[in-house]
Amino acid sequence: MTLGTLIVRNLRRHTFRVTLTAFGIATVILALNLIVTTVRAWYAGVEASVPNRLISRHAASLSIHLPLAYRDRIATMNGVTGVTYANWFGGVYRDAKGFFPQFAVEPASFLDLHAELSISEEERQAFLTDRRGCVIGRRLAALYGWKVGDVITLKGTIYPGDWEFVVRGVYHGADAATDETWMLLRWDHMNERRQQIDPDRAGTVGWYIIRIADPSLAGSVTRSVDAEFANSTAETRTETEQAFQMGFVAMSGAIINSLKVLAIALNGVTLLVLANTLVMAVRERTRELAVMRTLGFRPSHLSVLVAGEALLIAGLGTVLGIAITIPATRIYGALVSARLGNFFQHLTLYSSTLLLSVSVTLCIAVCAAAFPSIIIMRDKIVESLRNTG
Amino acid sequence: MSLLLAYSVRNVWVRSSTTALTVGGLALVSLILLTVFMLSNGLNQALIESGSPDNVLLLRKGATTEIASGIYRDQAHVVRALAGIAETSGRERLAIPELVVLISLSKNGAVTPANVVVRGTHSAAFMLRPQVHLVEGRVWQPGTTEIVVGAQIAKRFLLGGIGSHLRMGKREWLVVGIAEAEGTAFESEIWGDVDQLMATYGRDSYSSLTLRLPAPSAFQSIEDAIGSDTRLQLQVKHERDYYREKSVTMTTFIRLLGFTFTLIFAFGAILGGTMTMYGAVASRTKEIGLLRALGFHPRQIFTVFLLESLMLGTLAGLLAIAGGTALQFVTLSTMNFSTFSELAFRLTLTPASALGTIGFALSISMVGGIPPAIRAARLPVTSALHTPGR
Repeated sequence: MTLGTLIVRNLRRHTFRVTLTAFGIATVILALNLIVTTVRAWYAGVEASVPNRLISRHAASLSIHLPLAYRDRIATMNGVTGVTYANWFGGVYRDAKGFFPQFAVEPASFLDLHAELSISEEERQAFLTDRRGCVIGRRLAALYGWKVGDVITLKGTIYPGDWEFVVRGVYHGADAATDETWMLLRWDHMNERRQQIDPDRAGTVGWYIIRIADPSLAGSVTRSVDAEFANSTAETRTETEQAFQMGFVAMSGAIINSLKVLAIALNGVTLLVLANTLVMAVRERTRELAVMRTLGFRPSHLSVLVAGEALLIAGLGTVLGIAITIPATRIYGALVSARLGNFFQHLTLYSSTLLLSVSVTLCIAVCAAAFPSIIIMRDKIVESLRNTG
Repeated sequence: MSLLLAYSVRNVWVRSSTTALTVGGLALVSLILLTVFMLSNGLNQALIESGSPDNVLLLRKGATTEIASGIYRDQAHVVRALAGIAETSGRERLAIPELVVLISLSKNGAVTPANVVVRGTHSAAFMLRPQVHLVEGRVWQPGTTEIVVGAQIAKRFLLGGIGSHLRMGKREWLVVGIAEAEGTAFESEIWGDVDQLMATYGRDSYSSLTLRLPAPSAFQSIEDAIGSDTRLQLQVKHERDYYREKSVTMTTFIRLLGFTFTLIFAFGAILGGTMTMYGAVASRTKEIGLLRALGFHPRQIFTVFLLESLMLGTLAGLLAIAGGTALQFVTLSTMNFSTFSELAFRLTLTPASALGTIGFALSISMVGGIPPAIRAARLPVTSALHTPGR
């Protein structure tokens, strides 16, 4: 009889308790995966950012705009291979829940700089030639059932009034991290109307997007752009796209941190549940373990026995947990989008997330085996043999 | 029955290590639930309580936040001349047009800056929002670049306190006062003179206008008056409604997240509780047989095991509340998704949430305790007595 068969036999003594423990671990795995998925959704923008793009915005705040005239001055700087600009449009579809990111952009240069937004040549041309046109992401199109040729009416919260846009194209993300919920509309169309209703703020852009020849130039280009506009009426703050996105993540730091604390606490729960079961199992077997030691098993053998049992239970729980996690993430994602609209996207389960939760749980299983192992090491054979329980 | 209860309590002590593990797990789950409650209480306190029932907020039509809104000077004059606005003792109308801008400030020691709301206003704003009061210093002199800073901002961004300078829009502003606002969003704002701020940022329109009604019932008449004036393309809102709308996304999000996880954890905790109680029953099989032989009824056995489980639940609930009490000293700051601005709020423990937590701990220990209690009650006397063990 090998140690392996011993472990399996031991497990089958209390099928019910083992099942409960495995389910307990499965729940923890589920929760852990959901937390990691939620946190990763926050970083989606960061993950999608490209190293050779910089964002330049007003030094005081994103809510204050920059003059359009900066475009040409930035374009001539050393190391800059392309400039485009965007405004946050901030319209809502039907009601406040119908929110999704909309950017008023200069179509040709924006699509040129954002190569990850792949769109067919005809659709691109159609967008370039129609002022009222817009381009939407695949996920957004699927969400509302929009297709090319549809008219979307948005209510402006920053630029007042009702706005109508004709869908001229649907873009696909070139890689998994690309945000497919954007709507791109034309800056010139927006600015035209702004000249009539709010001439003071017309001709300004929210931020510039700068493409640089080489990511290693980021530092020098950042400094030269900011130096160029220092002491002007609109000073800039330039940073890499990744840093810009991180800024948003950092502002919700408290929530992310509490989720991270929760994830750590969860691993503590796994440890408690598993250790509890193992301690119970070992206590019951005090006498027979002593018998085994008299037969020549060393304490190290018995520790291996316990650790193997722990790993097996944890493994069972992990398999169960993954089986629950996959449909549960889908339900969770659906629930979030039902309650919050488009506001929180990217709740996708990555295989790396699963792998992380599995490996952490298995590590914890080994740690949990330490508790009963200590009991085994401490027990005196003679006393244990006398134990009747 | 008292013998049985004493037996039960002593057992908890005898099996202290397993019990501690279970109670610890239960307490952790209850604490998570309590934290979710406390988070939403704190957010409600910070956002919804920011609005006063008598106050009305005017924004440009279509705008959902003060930042995105705009009100021209002439529109503000028209509104101030309307009938049905409360007056101060000095016969001045409590209708204050304000400019709201966001600025980036770097937290002490942090690299990434946070967005902070700067509100250009009039000193009568302290009368309009009675929850805001100075704890240190004085109000700014009209027409100067002096500012009053919310307590949360002062604590995290301006360690120098009164007398320190803050650079906003290429000018140095002198901090002359620090204000507290009973935990509301105004504690995360900076207030200064509206005309100075407009000049600094090159704006000639306000963001919003807040006015006070003589009585809440006057809302309809002011809404009609503003709606019928074609010069004013403004929306009229109760200040409370405005803040409630701003908090909806945040609170929904936190609740959704919190309750999803609590649900999952509750399931886990029930499993843990069941396991411990089954263990308790299994190791006492012989004793249970003995008790039955002594004449105790199965129903009594059932009750005592259920009570033992409930006792563990109560203990866990109390531990969670103790943890929650400690958490009250935590102030969180996060970005309000609706305005992209920094908002600090304190985890707030209310009697209702404490009660809810105890109830939660009790009910999961009950659900977890019933199946083992049934097994204990159903043990056949003779075979139970025959099992080896103490």
